[in-house]
Amino acid sequence: MAQFLDQKPATMLARRGGLSDRAVAWVFISPTIVLLLAINIFPLIWTVYLSFTNYRANRPGREIKWIGTRNYERLLESEDIWGYLQATAHFVCWTMFLQVLFGLGLALLINRNFKGAGFWTTVILVPMMLSPAVVGVFWTYLYQPQTGIFSYILNLFADLGPVDMIGSVDLAPWSIIIVDTWMWTPYVMLLCLAGLRSIPDYLYEAAEIDRANALQKFWYITLPRVLPFLMLAVLFRGIENFKMFDMVVELTSGGPGSTTELASINLKREAFEKWKTGYSSAFAVILFVTVFGLGNIYVKALNKVKS
Amino acid sequence: MSGATKAHSVSETGRLGKSVAGALVIAYALVTMIPLVWIFMTGFKSPPDSISYPPKVFFEPSLEGYVNLFTTRTRQTSEYIESLGPPQTWYDEIVRKRNMVIAGPSKFADRYINSIVIGFGSTFLAVFLGTLAAYGFSRFKVPLKDDLLFFILSTRMMPPIAVAIPIYLMYRTLGLSDTALGMILLYTAVNLSLAVWLLKGFIDEIPREYEEAAVVDGYSRLQAFFRVVLPQARTGIAATAIFCLIFSWNEYAFVLLLTSGQAQTAPPYIPLIIGEGGLDWPAVAAGTTLFLLPIVVFTVVLRNQLLRGITFGAVRK
Repeated sequence: MAQFLDQKPATMLARRGGLSDRAVAWVFISPTIVLLLAINIFPLIWTVYLSFTNYRANRPGREIKWIGTRNYERLLESEDIWGYLQATAHFVCWTMFLQVLFGLGLALLINRNFKGAGFWTTVILVPMMLSPAVVGVFWTYLYQPQTGIFSYILNLFADLGPVDMIGSVDLAPWSIIIVDTWMWTPYVMLLCLAGLRSIPDYLYEAAEIDRANALQKFWYITLPRVLPFLMLAVLFRGIENFKMFDMVVELTSGGPGSTTELASINLKREAFEKWKTGYSSAFAVILFVTVFGLGNIYVKALNKVKS
Repeated sequence: MSGATKAHSVSETGRLGKSVAGALVIAYALVTMIPLVWIFMTGFKSPPDSISYPPKVFFEPSLEGYVNLFTTRTRQTSEYIESLGPPQTWYDEIVRKRNMVIAGPSKFADRYINSIVIGFGSTFLAVFLGTLAAYGFSRFKVPLKDDLLFFILSTRMMPPIAVAIPIYLMYRTLGLSDTALGMILLYTAVNLSLAVWLLKGFIDEIPREYEEAAVVDGYSRLQAFFRVVLPQARTGIAATAIFCLIFSWNEYAFVLLLTSGQAQTAPPYIPLIIGEGGLDWPAVAAGTTLFLLPIVVFTVVLRNQLLRGITFGAVRK
């Protein structure tokens, strides 16, 4: 602490003049709490309130009428909603499956520490840092059936003719799954890698002595240690993909028909195109409660795995 | 000793496994890069080359896409263009080849500047407030500390669309809609949860004794914070800032829903660049390249901070 010795010696007065610990804590923490209350919690409570009204945000003058749970009843009776939720579930399940498969696979390979592993890990990392909306835009170009590179490369391997990923009802859901997997596999890979690095070497050495084969080592040592990290990755990506919006809006904007109309894309349509504010607020509340509920169940399972 | 025997017994299969692993990872990395390399190349194609069938891997490079990105043009008769005399600049020359003249700048530069202002503004605010709050949570007895920390984290689970309508209404009332300030405050709020959690982790690692020594030497709490803790937390603050910047640079849903022009950032602008009969793909690719480039450079240069931040943040949560 020699660096402080040449500073002015303190007087008791100066120390008393400074803020007390309690005041410092209060001054430091309150701006964050206030901002979060104003821009997150207050709007959320407002959304819940609006979900019980027939308000339309494009008619600011009209009085807000309380209509009870009618928005929720209409939502639960609507068959379209189940279609959007199904599209969302299809998207979430497949992206999670593929990203776990590739992410864990890549992490196991990178963990062998071949020459140049660091560099190639960085290269793989790039897509997850990019803007999902901009990624959606340029993949529409790659997906062009006649002139796009995606269809062209497929045709190098198999004689398929032009492949219309975005325009075809059967392929459109896969077009968004492919882009999402391209973007977010690195994230799952990174967390798996963090899990792998946390395994102490002596566990494998002990297994070696017990003459365990590679499969047994993977099953009894690697997997249990990586699983919490893997489940964490799935939790974060699952939440993100459940509310997926930007990439899919730019890539397919929900089409063709409503094959890729995920819940939040429909929500945007109801709220900002049809201006059914009350109705869409109810949908938003249902989605939020679903994410929170599923998230909490999942976290319980995660804690069980950890212990 | 066990280490030596282990190395001996696995060296043969280990070396082979290593090169196979390396080859597979490199193959994956190369496939991953194809879309990015292709979009970078398309930025230097002429519009006809960009929509040729089959796709052109080799082509004559042109800056037409970049010129089209930054300008608006009008079509003129060739007599009129001849009457103008020889082109004054290289970009005039490129445009005139297609019987056009430059009418003025496009809005891309404005949008890009908005991206920079909003991105850096919200990053600065989030890191500033986040550092203060993280220090507060790390060092002081705060009532309901765990509940507050969980509350801060839970704000991140909210889908943007669920709060977009009230924010839209609120901003309309406050006169914040379509302003840079409104977007900065919004992104700051979204980034704060991550900033507080990441920074609290970093500050927890700095020994308390440093500040206590400073206080004994006559510093006030605030002085100790600014002169002792902040310099120690430098790396953590940098890593947090990169994450906040990447988020605000890439955000799209709020921009789309809450801005209509003035405060719009670059992402919603890029897919609207129309050329002759459809999107002007070279210009779209040029815009995409310029937009993605800073983040790609960040990723490569600051990969260690990024790796630390991602895994650290995840493990803490």
